[in-house]
Amino acid sequence: MARTRPLSPHLQVYRPQLTSMMSIAHRASGIALTTGTVVLAGWLIALAQGAETYAMLAGWLTHPLGQFVLFGYSAALIYHALNGIRHLGWDIGYGLTIPEVYRNGHIVLFLTLILTAGLWTAVWM
Amino acid sequence: MAEFTLPANSKMNSGVHHKAPDGASNVRVFQIYRWSPDDDENPRLDKFEVDLDDCGPMVLDALIKIKSEQDSSLTFRRSCREGICGSCSMNIDGTNTLACLKSISEVTGEVKIFPLPHMPVVKDLVPDLSNAYRQLASIEPWLKSDNDAPEGEERRQSPEQREKLDGLWECVLCFSCSAACPSYWWNSDEYLGPAVLLQAYRWVADSRDDRTDERLDALDDSFALYRCHTIMNCAKTCPKGLNPGKAIAGIKSEIASR
Repeated sequence: MARTRPLSPHLQVYRPQLTSMMSIAHRASGIALTTGTVVLAGWLIALAQGAETYAMLAGWLTHPLGQFVLFGYSAALIYHALNGIRHLGWDIGYGLTIPEVYRNGHIVLFLTLILTAGLWTAVWM
Repeated sequence: MAEFTLPANSKMNSGVHHKAPDGASNVRVFQIYRWSPDDDENPRLDKFEVDLDDCGPMVLDALIKIKSEQDSSLTFRRSCREGICGSCSMNIDGTNTLACLKSISEVTGEVKIFPLPHMPVVKDLVPDLSNAYRQLASIEPWLKSDNDAPEGEERRQSPEQREKLDGLWECVLCFSCSAACPSYWWNSDEYLGPAVLLQAYRWVADSRDDRTDERLDALDDSFALYRCHTIMNCAKTCPKGLNPGKAIAGIKSEIASR
């Protein structure tokens, strides 16, 4: 009897491509949104606690690091929502050929960029 | 739970470098996964220098040339060399395809060749497909009709009914798609994978089959079918240009609209 067969390489050798990268980004942004919801809940709690607590949280969130977290949260929210629409289309059978998958994928990425940039331009202006 | 790294016995070492013969004019390096059950070594990556001016155009031509001229122990499956038998499926330049349909000129730099991803390796580029074949058998891929065919005639279909099978019957069962699917990598014990689900849909979509409901009942399972997350690596990699992802969406839609 030969020895145990090795497992052929997978993630180590498979070429990253739009299909798999947008899928893993959908999952990652979903996880980020769960964390972001905790921040959102914290914001509401601080708001209910009164001006002093709120000022403390506002201080954290306006700190460059806090702004970075909020930026990431908003980008994840926008990407996840847009890509979610793409998934809904697929679930009813639309946009499933490879040229369409690439086209609607590029649209989602482009809109995520535009909307996130637009949002933060409005915030910082 | 998904294991993202390779087990200790599967990690790859660098291997032997086979030089091209003197006077070779157009040398290309092929990096090929090697593993033999006959020694105690881990898999290794051998390099073969091939003179493309003295070689056919396809990756399979290069593999056959290496086997006949540089290392006769190199092991891979091949048969028809024209994309019909589905034997020479492997991972070339980062995606799965048939070596006989992949032109060397499509690849820039070193041509990296591995067995189909996330499969037990029998030897070199030969994966053990037993699990995939067992899954194929489980969907009972044959016509199940309640009636005999009319005396002396075939079972007839309208052109519209027959058209529904286009894009399904052409599959050569090379399993490039299943081995390209991350969901199949992590759940191949229960998830049927794109190749087998496309076959399942081929019988669901067949107007001559009378057991559609029975077939859909068997498929309606959170693992067997719904591990498909529409990643679409399957359709991207299919060497026959088919779309297993779309076929799976077809099954889901049939189940949802019953």
